[in-house]
Amino acid sequence: MKLWEIAHSRTGDKGNISNVSLIAYDPKDFALIREKVTPERVKEHFKGMVHGEVVRYELPNIHALNFVMYAALGGGVTRSLSVDMHGKGLSSYLLDMEI
Amino acid sequence: MKSIRIGSGAGYAGDRLEPSLELIEKGNLDYISYECLAERTIAIGQQAKLKDPSKGYNGLLEYRMERALPLCWEHKVKLITNMGSANPQAAAAKCVEIAKKHGLTGMKIACVTGDDLLPVIDKYMDTQVWETGEPLSKLPGEIVSANAYMGVEGILKALDQGADVVITGRVADPAIFMAPAIHEFGWSLEDWDKLGKGTIMGHLLECGGQVTGGYFAEPGKKDVPGVGHLGFPIIEIAEDGSFFVTKVPEAGGMVTVETCSEQICYEIHDPENYLTPDVVADCKQIAFTEVEKDKIAVTGITGKPKTETFKCSIGYRDCYIGDGEISYGGPGCLARAKLALEIMKERLELVAPGAFDELKFDLIGCNSLYWNPDYSYDEPSEVRVRVAGRAKTKAVADLVPNEVEALYTNGPAGGCGAVKRTRDIVSVASILVSRYDVKPQVQVFEV
Repeated sequence: MKLWEIAHSRTGDKGNISNVSLIAYDPKDFALIREKVTPERVKEHFKGMVHGEVVRYELPNIHALNFVMYAALGGGVTRSLSVDMHGKGLSSYLLDMEI
Repeated sequence: MKSIRIGSGAGYAGDRLEPSLELIEKGNLDYISYECLAERTIAIGQQAKLKDPSKGYNGLLEYRMERALPLCWEHKVKLITNMGSANPQAAAAKCVEIAKKHGLTGMKIACVTGDDLLPVIDKYMDTQVWETGEPLSKLPGEIVSANAYMGVEGILKALDQGADVVITGRVADPAIFMAPAIHEFGWSLEDWDKLGKGTIMGHLLECGGQVTGGYFAEPGKKDVPGVGHLGFPIIEIAEDGSFFVTKVPEAGGMVTVETCSEQICYEIHDPENYLTPDVVADCKQIAFTEVEKDKIAVTGITGKPKTETFKCSIGYRDCYIGDGEISYGGPGCLARAKLALEIMKERLELVAPGAFDELKFDLIGCNSLYWNPDYSYDEPSEVRVRVAGRAKTKAVADLVPNEVEALYTNGPAGGCGAVKRTRDIVSVASILVSRYDVKPQVQVFEV
């Protein structure tokens, strides 16, 4: 299944760094996303887009993971050549991941 | 226990006005704060100020204040905003003029300055830039702005002097929401737990509608009622730092555990160490509880001592970006769009060989948002070609949009709807400066 079926997400940006959350709708699914959606898996999923490190943080009481992806925004919002300079659409791409 | 109500009047520079007016009228507020300053906004403001010393503040200041100031005065709501941008003094002068026009006699309007480090930027030339790892002196273009992210100190001074309206330049976004709580409850500036709670409260408010159901709707999975007349959020915070998020009942949108969960993670990076000028907030153990419909209690926040440094954003002249778009539709559209990209590559190599620092070739509808070499896409019913290029001069950057437009008469069949533009790019770099180098100053004007 796709992450989209069990989780929601929002993206923010700071310079060339993207911050993508992943929040399980049902607290029972938190263990599953925690196991499956590793930083390595996320880095592979964003191949071609994220060129730096991916760091994962956890907010257990709201069953959320928070991914910080470095060198992810084509140089950052001011100088990116992308249509989506902020990378705001990256959350929707994360939810496309098959687990 | 004493508590106050703080509303969010704007979540970005160009945000809607009427939800904030609804809050002032119906939100039973004590304060409303408008967050209107993105990373690059102040650099653009600084350039406007250079051309005209009476400008450089948020372009919607007059539009907003014409409506908000009389309503705030009537409903006894104090207003705080960073709409001063590169010129808080000129913004305050404009507000005084507006207040006079509306007969708001006795209103006190304050401006907070001290964030502008451009006059002393030379002393930081050896300081390392975060983005490049190199000294500031090595930035490729002329520096046009340098602004430190100040904390609550200047706003508190203004409130202590009885200000009804406080206009700042660069301050940390949560500070414009937290300052009222510190002022009203007399919190110590070293009570890290309370400042942690106040900062996270500000973080939840700083993007306006993003916590009341904006940027959230997903039909069938995450439906938002009344999203076309979305309300902005209110937080009611008590003296002990406990608080809940809510909205005006008749406003559209919703406040739920899910809307709050998305917003708490937004741009927070490490939830255990949310760095601000006033405190290092820790919300790793944050929890949201629905008390009643559209009323979410927030718990589990603490704080740690602030750091010795302030972040300072440096705006510099970077480059020019030119881009152009043209569409293809109907049978065979994808093949024609791909041919258009091949033509563009040949043309740019012909007219300006090696002149671009970077080029991007997109098929909008197929691969423009997500470029992954393994990603496959089906033939769409229409596709939009987009080419963007970065160059050191405008003349070179202009070649990209001009060549895209020329695909009309020189490219594949059926090209339509071409648009083109070239932008002068001011970019932002960040350095850390000593907090003792930044001295907030306050001026209060009485109408």
